[in-house]
Amino acid sequence: MSALVTLRNVTKSYTRGKQKVEVLHGVDLQIESGEFLALMGPSGSGKTTTLNLIAGLDQPTGGEVEVSGSRIDRLARGALADWRARNIGFIFQFYNLLPVLTAEANVEVPLLLTDLSRSERRRRVQIALQLVGLADRAKHKPNELSGGQQQRVAIARAIVADPTLLVCDEPTGDLDRQNAEEIMNLLKALNRTQGKTIVMVTHDPRAAEYASRELHLDKGKLAKEEVRHVA
Amino acid sequence: MKTFRQIGAVTLMNLRSLPQRLGTSAVIVIGIAGVVAVLVSVLAMSTGMLKTLTQAGAEDRVIVLRNGSASEMGSNLGRDAVRLIADAPGIKRDAEGRPLASVETLRLVNLFKQSDGSEVMVTLRGVGPQVLAVRPEMKIIEGRMFRPAVNEIIVGKAAKAQFRNMNLGDQITTRGATWTVVGVFSSDGSSHESELIADAETVNGADQRSGFTSVIARLESPQAFQKFKDALSSNPALAVDVSRERDYYERQSETIGKVISVVAYVVGGIMAIGAIFGALNTMYSAVSERLREIATLRALGFGATAMVISVLVEALLLAFIGGAIGAALAWLFFNGHVVGTTAGGVNGHLIFELTVSAQLITTGIVWACVIGLIGGLFPAVRAARLPVVEALRAV
Amino acid sequence: MKYLPLIWAGLWRKKARTIFTMLSIVVAFLLFGLLQGINQGFNTVVQNLDVDRLYVTAKTNLTDGLPIAYASRIKAVPGVRQLSYWTYFAGYYQDSRNPIPAFATDPTALFDIYKDLKIKPEYLQAMQRTRTGVLINEQLAAKYHWKLGDRIPLGTSIWTNKDGSNTWNFDVVGIFDSSALGAGFPGFYLNQSYFDEAAAFGRGTVHYYIVAIDDPAQATAVSQRIDALFANSTNETRTQTESALAQMQLKQLGDINFIVNAIVGAVLFTLLFLTANTMMQSVRERTGELAVLKTLGFSDGKVLSLVLIESLALCVFAAAVGIALAATAFPLLKPIFGKFQMPGIVVAMGAGLALLLAFVSGFAPAWRARQLNIVDALAGR
Repeated sequence: MSALVTLRNVTKSYTRGKQKVEVLHGVDLQIESGEFLALMGPSGSGKTTTLNLIAGLDQPTGGEVEVSGSRIDRLARGALADWRARNIGFIFQFYNLLPVLTAEANVEVPLLLTDLSRSERRRRVQIALQLVGLADRAKHKPNELSGGQQQRVAIARAIVADPTLLVCDEPTGDLDRQNAEEIMNLLKALNRTQGKTIVMVTHDPRAAEYASRELHLDKGKLAKEEVRHVA
Repeated sequence: MKTFRQIGAVTLMNLRSLPQRLGTSAVIVIGIAGVVAVLVSVLAMSTGMLKTLTQAGAEDRVIVLRNGSASEMGSNLGRDAVRLIADAPGIKRDAEGRPLASVETLRLVNLFKQSDGSEVMVTLRGVGPQVLAVRPEMKIIEGRMFRPAVNEIIVGKAAKAQFRNMNLGDQITTRGATWTVVGVFSSDGSSHESELIADAETVNGADQRSGFTSVIARLESPQAFQKFKDALSSNPALAVDVSRERDYYERQSETIGKVISVVAYVVGGIMAIGAIFGALNTMYSAVSERLREIATLRALGFGATAMVISVLVEALLLAFIGGAIGAALAWLFFNGHVVGTTAGGVNGHLIFELTVSAQLITTGIVWACVIGLIGGLFPAVRAARLPVVEALRAV
Repeated sequence: MKYLPLIWAGLWRKKARTIFTMLSIVVAFLLFGLLQGINQGFNTVVQNLDVDRLYVTAKTNLTDGLPIAYASRIKAVPGVRQLSYWTYFAGYYQDSRNPIPAFATDPTALFDIYKDLKIKPEYLQAMQRTRTGVLINEQLAAKYHWKLGDRIPLGTSIWTNKDGSNTWNFDVVGIFDSSALGAGFPGFYLNQSYFDEAAAFGRGTVHYYIVAIDDPAQATAVSQRIDALFANSTNETRTQTESALAQMQLKQLGDINFIVNAIVGAVLFTLLFLTANTMMQSVRERTGELAVLKTLGFSDGKVLSLVLIESLALCVFAAAVGIALAATAFPLLKPIFGKFQMPGIVVAMGAGLALLLAFVSGFAPAWRARQLNIVDALAGR
């Protein structure tokens, strides 16, 4: 069975002013469908860059990035945006909800890019909010919700369009221990019961424990791999 | 004393961080510059008009019209009447004992503007032989004075600049005569420079009218006015209005002056309201950008007064700069700009220059500062009132 | 549109800023509506003056006047339907601070030419019967409390009575309604026959001949015919349509067009700065949010459109309010200009300017939003 995500000899460098900074030095990895992968490594190791490449937020300087059979490193910006809308759900460290919109309006945003009717959009939003356990907070604005609740709304937004891949960048980075646990349980449940493939960047070892596989990056290269039983 | 030091310190901090807020600060400056530029420019019209008219009125000259005349052109005095007027006590006499009085009659003639060929009605003033003595400020600057009993005219400096056919040798047609331009005169920049001047008897002869519009005379001294006026009012054969020339011209410009002022202040007022909203926007934004800084200062013990005054000073400074720019623009573009109108209080076309006077500039800057103060007030109070804890959390 | 919530969200991120900006736009367009409305209004009023009325004046200057003997010759010109005339009387009531612009005329013909003047036929008959009769409009009657049957003494500084006095006595035999023609239209008429008989000089002269023609398309032809009649005489004529005469007089008042455009230009220019600054600030603050939208799959083009539409919504809505306010002020000007409402062209101009404002102030921020690099923006760079 071919992998859902394949990176082949991926390199990435930036030019900052006059300096060229090489972040990734030839990364090879594969992610199977239904996996829960944790990407770890020290600051500057390139883990966030790898995540951005998988999610189609950025494009490699060299090498190939293939997701669901598509070579996304070959797509133009406009096509890439389209592709993201249909395939990726993103969860950020700082939630990044739109402050003036209610929870349900926030969750609806990805669906605005589809052709679904208003009632259909509403239906899906309801389902998503129920899944994360926040159906009763639908009309609240972000500033009326706690950190943990905001992140759950963000997760609802990430899954509402039924994406192929859930991509998380330090999802528990801004939460206290209890809320972090709740979020990780939620993600695990989504992975187990809904079969969502999840790629998560984290430096919190406790969060990494929820994943089924750990990959460590160091100085732009894969360093260590750990496979865990699904507990 | 401590308050002053606080105010000074905070204000200085504010002003030093101003360059970072150039974009939003520009909004106040430009908004107020616009208001002041428009206000000053429009008022420059009435200032200029009034100046031109009152220049025509000398301290020691009088103008006599028929009783009840709204203006010179609406007056009609018979030959007997003007003789009595010219002989009245109080009028200065020349070396030969002749009274320095000019018996005048006005007509309107159609001339064409050089700029676009449009037609305007211009005043032709028929004057008495003593005119240059009665009006010493009138000087022939080109050509010569007209000769009596010949169809010759001299034209005012402004008229020559604005209308066609005003060069020496050109001809103008009126009812019953064709006139040749023989000279150009200046008159201290007064409204007479918009006129054409000829001999009164010749003018009357051309269209066979009798009667005159006015008598303009020089008094022995400005104080002789009452003597002169009493002599005329006590004469049962005369029904006349006697005024100092300056008062006459001021009255003539009163209405149009008021209209222009109303327009200036209404338009300026509406613009000012808009500018106040702009200023509020800028100052609120300035305050919220520095919320953390303000909160920290207040946590450290800086008082509310210092906060308020520092914000107001910033608003005032920006407003002042805006006002100065606006006034400068008005001066640059419109000071000395030549304009003509028939609504200038004299029946014929009046040509005058827009005048951006020192008084107008001051008015403009005062308006600017008021706008700045109002626009800065609420944000200033907010900076002072914001609960410190909230402010620190809000960032 | 389904994107409305997003646009709404963008606009109201900072309530105070959006409200102040909108208020500034409202004020600016209120001013625009008033000034340009009055300016265009002058033009419209002038253009609406019927082209089936001609004015004949002395070529050298209208104050020179024309002989009344011309009347029958002008009336006989082909294309002329009706003829009346005005001789300017310039009186005052009690003292010169109450000027009454009065005209000697042939009232029956005059009211036939100006059908917008409303008068009872019996008043016109009374004028024919009463030598010293005058017709006055409702405004004058109200101002000086004159009624039918009153005897009014009018002073004049020009026309001496044959009996040597400056006072003329008139009897009010009719009151008419001239509101449709505005406050500027003359409202005091005396019989030309009385004037001619009683004036010590200036007899037999009129200042304007007013000619009603059968066919407006013939205006130029009839004008030329009339002027040709008197060419090369001592009293040459100039005939033009009422509209042309009004335009000429308006033009002499001053270059109102320039003044209005200059003021409006200054206002809109300063407004542009405010709006552009607001949009720029707004986009800068929302860099993170815009990046998130791009993450979710909103294309560069969509994000650009969102910002532009925001700018549009802000400007067009506020501009519409401003112009609507201006339009409500117009009926208040009716006493001065007669039938007068905000010309449609002003609304069109306003819409155009609002769009221009929206695009110019929104473009740079929209472009900035479009060019946002997701990775950099999310990282806070």
